[in-house]
Amino acid sequence: MKPLFAVFALTLAAGCAPATQAPAAVAVTGAWCRAAPVGALAGGCYLTLTASADDRLVSVATPAAKRAEIHSMDMTGGVMRMRQLKDGLALPAGKAVTLKPGAEHLMIIGPKQVLAAGGAVPLTLTFKKAPPQTISAPIRDAAAPAMQHHGGH
Amino acid sequence: MRVLAWAAMAAALGVSACGPSPQKAETTQPTVRIGGPFQLVDTAGRPVTEKALLGKPTVIFFGFTYCPEVCPTTMAELTNWLKALGPDADRLNVVFVSLDPERDTPAQLKTYLSNFDPRIQGFTGTPETVAAAAKAYRVYYAKVPTDDGGYTIDHSSAVYLFDKNGGFVEPIGYGTPAERAIGQLRRLARG
Ligand SMILES: [Cu+2]
Repeated sequence: MKPLFAVFALTLAAGCAPATQAPAAVAVTGAWCRAAPVGALAGGCYLTLTASADDRLVSVATPAAKRAEIHSMDMTGGVMRMRQLKDGLALPAGKAVTLKPGAEHLMIIGPKQVLAAGGAVPLTLTFKKAPPQTISAPIRDAAAPAMQHHGGH
Repeated sequence: MRVLAWAAMAAALGVSACGPSPQKAETTQPTVRIGGPFQLVDTAGRPVTEKALLGKPTVIFFGFTYCPEVCPTTMAELTNWLKALGPDADRLNVVFVSLDPERDTPAQLKTYLSNFDPRIQGFTGTPETVAAAAKAYRVYYAKVPTDDGGYTIDHSSAVYLFDKNGGFVEPIGYGTPAERAIGQLRRLARG
């Protein structure tokens, strides 16, 4: 397992090397966790996953919280609804799947550390085919949603 | 629950259009009454009712501290908006009402709100009194069990504005650009 992981890490480090003949691999980019208020009982983390072959994000774990789950979020009719994606999240080959505010996210439940900007959250992502990988997601203050979709006016 | 959801939706969608409509359309249509009596407690555990909010316009949001995104974002935005309002902000009551009284004790709410503008008050209660308050305010919420035996809460995401007599004015929808939200609050404060 170890060597495989090392090779994989190298591939990642190499940056934009085209997904070559390597076995199933998932590139993880742009990971971050939302800074949460002190006393918050949950937090959100976001990232972009690009699988080299059809795959699935199956679960996520972190020592920084009691548990972590993969969630969807929906705002239809002004009502916020979150659901755990029990079967995980499909990662079609070559397609960047972005988990972002207002949509799919990783939910960190019962944080054991304060989720303060400047810190980081270790996240272990488990895939159906690709080997698991552990990343460190920096904690950032979230931009206000209004600044993200600027359509209005 | 259905009915509440539709009412919340109608309120969120219908009135948020930010139209000029300076004159109140109080006579034309039978409108859904939003707001009303409640019996809750503040972050010190002291009883509080709707009467505490009369005399000043009120900005009210229903959420829960377990909420990873909509609630902390809304509280952070409210904090920014109040700052932008300057002295006008002091003319407003600003309230966060927990929809999760089982986990949001007065102490938990106090800790949570310590992150935001100190003028934001926190109200919670018992499951029954919170349900009654949510009903009076036509706020939709529903507890959804999670795998670990816990739960999350679906809930209306808009901030509701009331005049100093407790009359519903309009909502500020989630994701409203700051400029527009601040304008709504300024009108409310000066109204
Ligand atoms: Cu979630």
